[in-house]
Amino acid sequence: MESFSAILIEAVELIVSWDPDVIEIIVLSLRVTLTAVAAACLIGFPLGAIVGAFRFPMRNGVIVAMNTLMGLPPVVVGLLVYLMLSASGPMGVLGLLYTPTAMIVAQTILVTPIVAALTRQVIEDLYNEYAEQFASLGVRPLDRVLALLWDARYSLLTVALAGFGRAVAEVGAVIIVGGNINHVTRVMTTTIALETSKGNLQLALALGLILLTIAVIVNGLLMAIRGTAARAAYV
Amino acid sequence: MFRRNFLGLATAGLLALGLSGPATAQDDFIIVQSTTSTQNSGLFDYILPMFRDETGIDVRVVAVGTGQAIKNAENGDGDVLFVHAKASEEKFVAGGNGVSRSDVMYNDFVIVGPPADPAGVTGMSDVAAAMSKIAETESPFASRGDDSGTHKAELRLWKDAGIDVNAASGGWYRETGSGMGATLNTGTGMNAYIMTDRATWISFGNKGDYQIAIEGDEKMFNQYGIILVNAEKHPNVKTESAQQFVDWVLSDAGQEAIASYKVDGQQLFFPNAK
Repeated sequence: MESFSAILIEAVELIVSWDPDVIEIIVLSLRVTLTAVAAACLIGFPLGAIVGAFRFPMRNGVIVAMNTLMGLPPVVVGLLVYLMLSASGPMGVLGLLYTPTAMIVAQTILVTPIVAALTRQVIEDLYNEYAEQFASLGVRPLDRVLALLWDARYSLLTVALAGFGRAVAEVGAVIIVGGNINHVTRVMTTTIALETSKGNLQLALALGLILLTIAVIVNGLLMAIRGTAARAAYV
Repeated sequence: MFRRNFLGLATAGLLALGLSGPATAQDDFIIVQSTTSTQNSGLFDYILPMFRDETGIDVRVVAVGTGQAIKNAENGDGDVLFVHAKASEEKFVAGGNGVSRSDVMYNDFVIVGPPADPAGVTGMSDVAAAMSKIAETESPFASRGDDSGTHKAELRLWKDAGIDVNAASGGWYRETGSGMGATLNTGTGMNAYIMTDRATWISFGNKGDYQIAIEGDEKMFNQYGIILVNAEKHPNVKTESAQQFVDWVLSDAGQEAIASYKVDGQQLFFPNAK
């Protein structure tokens, strides 16, 4: 077993050498995960806001369902999407299995409940603050949702990051629906799994460090955006 | 206005991310369902570029255990099946899922063990006798336990030696339910004997102080076969390109490519197409 400093050096070397294969894998990872998180936000934000801001029958049931789905095992999502997209499955004709699109679909399913459930909590807290004002001003339901979403936008950034963290780190779903095909569907996590199974533990860990670094950069960028936007808002 | 901008931005970003991306969308590609041993040993990375240079066809390999590879191909999710479990392969063809099966290459299985050699089997070549000794001494043995080609071969050898491993499961006989590499990682961690194909072992990077304990029995022969998935049953199969790949693997050029692949100066696979 190599020492951790050796692993660190290997990780740095991997990045510095700008190996096109590694770059390709990093780019695909980001493309798949960011697309999935964006799609999950487009679905999850409005969904969570509606459940958070309105009272309707079976509402508690919906909340329990959303919270439960946060714990969906990636492998199970992978299997479900595989069965849907398989040539013998209902959507087989689309020919999407073993493509990045299939990976995006799987991660979207995985992340949407997280985004929706956390959004619901954020919006509900805010709604309790705003409820009287909304009532006295007679704000229409659609405007309520939009106002709540807009005012909660910084908290929702953290919600999106939680989704990103889940998606960028999972391997169970993408390896089943993507197939870990070299130059086509190989992403950071599936590469780490592959190198581990080849016994190249040092390389696997170095890739893990790179993945972590990317997550740090994405988080940092979003925090910077948040910081500038917040400053601008209070000028 | 902000809201609209935000939504518009998100949508535009989504479209850009989802639709663009590197131009990997080559039309002329086939999917090969294969096993981890062929992938992890680096064989495909070595021979597939040669095939692509010759034909322009991109071969996409999904490397899973033989059992899963066959299931995937039965679902029509692959154009070619390239695995190592002859009986299951013949069943696959008999079930109408494959056109025909051909021998491609072989290597052999070995059983690797810790240097302490608790069962005292190092250097044995009679696999049945060696396995009996492992069972008698109740030395830990890590099995794939995943219905892969290697797992099936291992179970055949236990049966041959007259040992019921189900009774010992969870005791000295430990099923990892994982791929070859993962099982090697786990097995070496618990000082267990492990059966692996020689190609995976030679190219495996985390051997520690493990060595080959049992080898050389002809029962440990490991034959790989290739099958074109039947388009009559699975209409999405790209028969023309897939047939080209099968033909190439079985041709002199393909067989020579396989024979010339070496790791650390050792040949990993021995072509034997007829």
